[in-house]
Amino acid sequence: MDTTLLVVQGLNGLQLGLLLFLVASGLTLVFGILDFVNLAHGSLYMVGAFICASLTFYFDSFLIALVVSLPLIGIFGYLFEIIVARKLYERDHLDHVLGTFGAILVIDTVAHIIWGANGISVPLPDYLEGQVSLTSDIQIPVFRLLIIAAGLASAAGLFWMVNYTRLGMLIRAGASNRTMVSALGVDIKTLFSLVFAMGAVLAGLAGMLIAPITEASLGMGNNIIITAFVVIIVGGIGSMKGAFIAAIIIGVIDTLGRAFLDDIFALFMSSEAAENSAPAISSMLIYLLMASVLYFKPAGLFPPKVR
Amino acid sequence: MSAILQVQNLVKQYGGLTATDDLNLELIPGELHAIIGPNGAGKTTLVSQLSGFVTPTSGKIIYKGKDITHQPPHTRAHMGIARTYQITSLILDMTVQENIALALQARDGHSFRFFKPARSVKRLQNGAMEILEKVGLAEKAQMKTSELSHGEHRNMELGVALAAHAELLLLDEPMAGLGPDETGKMIELLTSLKGDHTILLIEHDMDAVFALADRISVLVYGHVIATGTPDEIRSNEKVQHAYLGEE
Amino acid sequence: MRNILGKGLSSWGMMVLLLVVPLVFYYTGNAFYLDLATRLVILAIAAVGLNFVLGFGGLISFGHAAFLGLGAYAVGIPAYHEIYGGWDAVASTNGFFHFGLAIGVGALFALFTGAISLKVKGVHFIMITMAFAQMIYYLIMSIEEYGGDDGLVIDMRSEFPLISLDDPIQFFLISFTSLALIMWLVHLMVNSRFGMVLRGSKGNEARMVSIGYPTYRYRLVAYVISGAICGYAGALLGNFTAFISPEMMDWSRSGNLMFMVILGGVATIFGPVWGAIAFIVLEEILSGYTVYWHLPFGLMLVLVVMFSRGGISALLRGKEGK
Repeated sequence: MDTTLLVVQGLNGLQLGLLLFLVASGLTLVFGILDFVNLAHGSLYMVGAFICASLTFYFDSFLIALVVSLPLIGIFGYLFEIIVARKLYERDHLDHVLGTFGAILVIDTVAHIIWGANGISVPLPDYLEGQVSLTSDIQIPVFRLLIIAAGLASAAGLFWMVNYTRLGMLIRAGASNRTMVSALGVDIKTLFSLVFAMGAVLAGLAGMLIAPITEASLGMGNNIIITAFVVIIVGGIGSMKGAFIAAIIIGVIDTLGRAFLDDIFALFMSSEAAENSAPAISSMLIYLLMASVLYFKPAGLFPPKVR
Repeated sequence: MSAILQVQNLVKQYGGLTATDDLNLELIPGELHAIIGPNGAGKTTLVSQLSGFVTPTSGKIIYKGKDITHQPPHTRAHMGIARTYQITSLILDMTVQENIALALQARDGHSFRFFKPARSVKRLQNGAMEILEKVGLAEKAQMKTSELSHGEHRNMELGVALAAHAELLLLDEPMAGLGPDETGKMIELLTSLKGDHTILLIEHDMDAVFALADRISVLVYGHVIATGTPDEIRSNEKVQHAYLGEE
Repeated sequence: MRNILGKGLSSWGMMVLLLVVPLVFYYTGNAFYLDLATRLVILAIAAVGLNFVLGFGGLISFGHAAFLGLGAYAVGIPAYHEIYGGWDAVASTNGFFHFGLAIGVGALFALFTGAISLKVKGVHFIMITMAFAQMIYYLIMSIEEYGGDDGLVIDMRSEFPLISLDDPIQFFLISFTSLALIMWLVHLMVNSRFGMVLRGSKGNEARMVSIGYPTYRYRLVAYVISGAICGYAGALLGNFTAFISPEMMDWSRSGNLMFMVILGGVATIFGPVWGAIAFIVLEEILSGYTVYWHLPFGLMLVLVVMFSRGGISALLRGKEGK
């Protein structure tokens, strides 16, 4: 097992982890503050990817498309909040689940009608296509570095916003005491819409960043939502810090597992057995991790303080 | 007579808040021991710790000589401790009889019996009817619990506790929300239970407390400031100052 | 006397029609409705299994499709090895083996995932059950030998002495009889002492614990039984379709099952069957109009949730359904 491969896969894991964090952060924000379970969060990821894909062809530039798509997906999220989510806040979590499940069906089908059943590949400009040398042996695609940079920047931005700005304070206060915050004259409804839109932008950004690598496709939202759930369950539902740490851990374990599990298995079983069992086990790895964490800490690694 | 329940230096802290502050208490078998105190004194927290739903931060709970501080609620139920709830906690969809029968059923070794209909298990159904007679609800046995009045729910709560054949009854405001007639009936009922059972009674209704209690402990800010007979408590200066004086 | 069976006579009537009408169509030359009814009955069995824990037990499991899928693969994989060789220990076309394996795998998966999931409540439980189902989905997808994404195409059916599942009439009758039997079993169980504990735990868990019931154990057993029932339904499904794929375990299938259970009326014996009928009918009618039938279907679901008084949860909290 050479170190080059390890470093490359490690960075891949970091990238996946950061993308997962972008998706999970929106989910946990919305759940932690609005107490709303949004299954359709994955659809926001998908719609973001598709919008960016279409605009890339329209503007003939991925970066311009990215910049234009972000506010667009924010608006989409805002509309979703006003039309659907807002009506369901007072309800049980089960209603949230069923309602947003219905919403997924609607959004997925509309996406199918607009963009067709096949995925859309997103072309990158030349300067983002190349590789960069970290050391004499290790080369990484430039785009991957961009994703990592964007992910870290977003995480830093979120952290700063939640802890150091007035908006962040309102968000944290709103989470623990809605009536008090609205008594202070803050428009809770707008605050919630803003939070929801923010979550949409984060998820959409993740979708836009992954699309050039894996293409924008119809099923992508439904797959990512479950992984995002695993992240916030492991991290502790409602905790940003937990979501970040869990996302990185899960991203790294999933990537390294898929890359190296057969080698690890080969250390103590025949190479044939290793080759056969490794793909199966590595696909389950993050769920086994989730199960182990839950067994010892049912509330996750960093559960937020009870309201 | 040795105590059936001993609470020693019980402390419960929630972050910065101390709900139970070095609480000491002893219950004599067969007595009706009332706990009174201002709102927020920590009475329900005490009951939750005694029944096993809340784990104390420190201190001991000793029941019949055994340290039960860390026993889970269902084990304590089998040891003879039963509690009622301030907010009605009955299974509303089931009939009155089904609720009591279910409570009785808990005393069986296990309920992994899948085929015989529960309502044809004579032992349980007859036992349930006996208890319903005792609490005055026998005529309403087949009614859905949700259809009963609040006062009747309070009686059912007592029935559920009795079904457990408990030796120690933890009663959390059984008279909450009752009118004068119903309160009178509840006092009669509780009086009839004294002696056979040890009762820890949390109540705000002072007339009822002084009518029923063998001994009273006064709880203020999670700490027992005085214990004694009703007369002793009535004339205790500390108590008058802290509590009764403000009534 | 509490009528937990649902609307008495009309439900029995529905069952009779469900049995007779497809057969009549078949004998008058229209095999399509027999096929549809068979699929409906199989889904109804799964819905009954889900209702046992969801309707009666209050456990909102969003991962029950996993049991269906596992049951189907419990038929597909042994058949595959019988045809193409490979894993001799498992290769078989024997129906008893298939169905036994399906029930066993369903029960075991329920045991392991339930043991962990039942330690948490509410939305945590919903998410964890979804995650476990997805785990199985990815597991099966990653096994190339069984077709991965493309699934298994098994053209033959489980073999039983005296019966031939290849005959659509016999298959339908077996499925229908299974449904009736399982409904009867569930009826017995929910009225038994075990059932009372399960229902009590749905109503007020803290209460049940304080009167002495270790509710976790009872819920786990109920969850295992539910997994076994759905595993059995999966075996029927695996036989019914020639194409066994990981999609069967996708969590959106779990959503469909839940839709059936809740719309049909939770905590009733006939409810899940009504729900399956509603689902299949809707699917047929809507897909007759457009290939994009998920759109009106999803829209309906959203509107029902938004505008039903008190929401679906009011239905869930045990008001008697149809």
